[in-house]
Amino acid sequence: MSMKVAVRQVDGVTIVDCSGRITLGEGSVVLRDTVRDLLSKGNKKIILNLAEVNYIDSSGIGELVSAFTTTKNQGGELKLLSLTKKVNDLLQITKLYTVFDVKDDEASAVKAFK
Amino acid sequence: MAMTEHRVSYTLDSSLETIDSAEEKATKIATEIGFSDDEIMQISMAVREAAVNAVLHGNAYAPDKKVTLAFEQTGSELIITIRDQGRGMDLGKIPDPLAPENLLKTSGRGIFLMRSFMDVVEIRPTQSGTELKLIKRVHGPTAGGKEASQ
Repeated sequence: MSMKVAVRQVDGVTIVDCSGRITLGEGSVVLRDTVRDLLSKGNKKIILNLAEVNYIDSSGIGELVSAFTTTKNQGGELKLLSLTKKVNDLLQITKLYTVFDVKDDEASAVKAFK
Repeated sequence: MAMTEHRVSYTLDSSLETIDSAEEKATKIATEIGFSDDEIMQISMAVREAAVNAVLHGNAYAPDKKVTLAFEQTGSELIITIRDQGRGMDLGKIPDPLAPENLLKTSGRGIFLMRSFMDVVEIRPTQSGTELKLIKRVHGPTAGGKEASQ
């Protein structure tokens, strides 16, 4: 299953609902293009909802890091929401869990921007 | 495809499809052997990362270069070998992805993940490229394995 994204706005925050796999190839490209497109349109408060992301490889991890740093470098902020156990475990062993701002529920994630 | 009772091997193109195919084959074989769900995920991800190394960093998508992938089951181990025909890998130049200065790098985590998920990871140059050998022990310890590089 390749990756799909759906973008919505909640209280001035852009939520990207991701589903599928963030892996080398299409999945990573979809995420990269989505975040770049949002930033180019001035959407700088971004939440990546990963609740439906069931697989991520090292390229996908790299793409999350890239999204995080690109957003930050443009004066924005990117948070991660609702990690699955697999993704959570990967961010733990790569020590990225403490780098990202990870939230468990959408309301607190949106509120955290204010 | 060549197959013996306990060994199966494949010769694959240097393409993105090979990476997905290698992962799927690993998942199927690990499932058939009876590894746990967590172990199956670890094995399939390690094989995926090894295939990424072979296709991208080894063969650099060259159409004339192949990746060979072999699964061998012994009494107590699943041994997976992935060979490419690339220029080889300088292990000394692979930075520690957990070092604070490297945490925000967008690449360089593949071998680290393999080492995290498999009991043994061996990387050695061959006459025509690089060979990665991944070993997972049946009913053995899970993530956090040992590594031996040559």
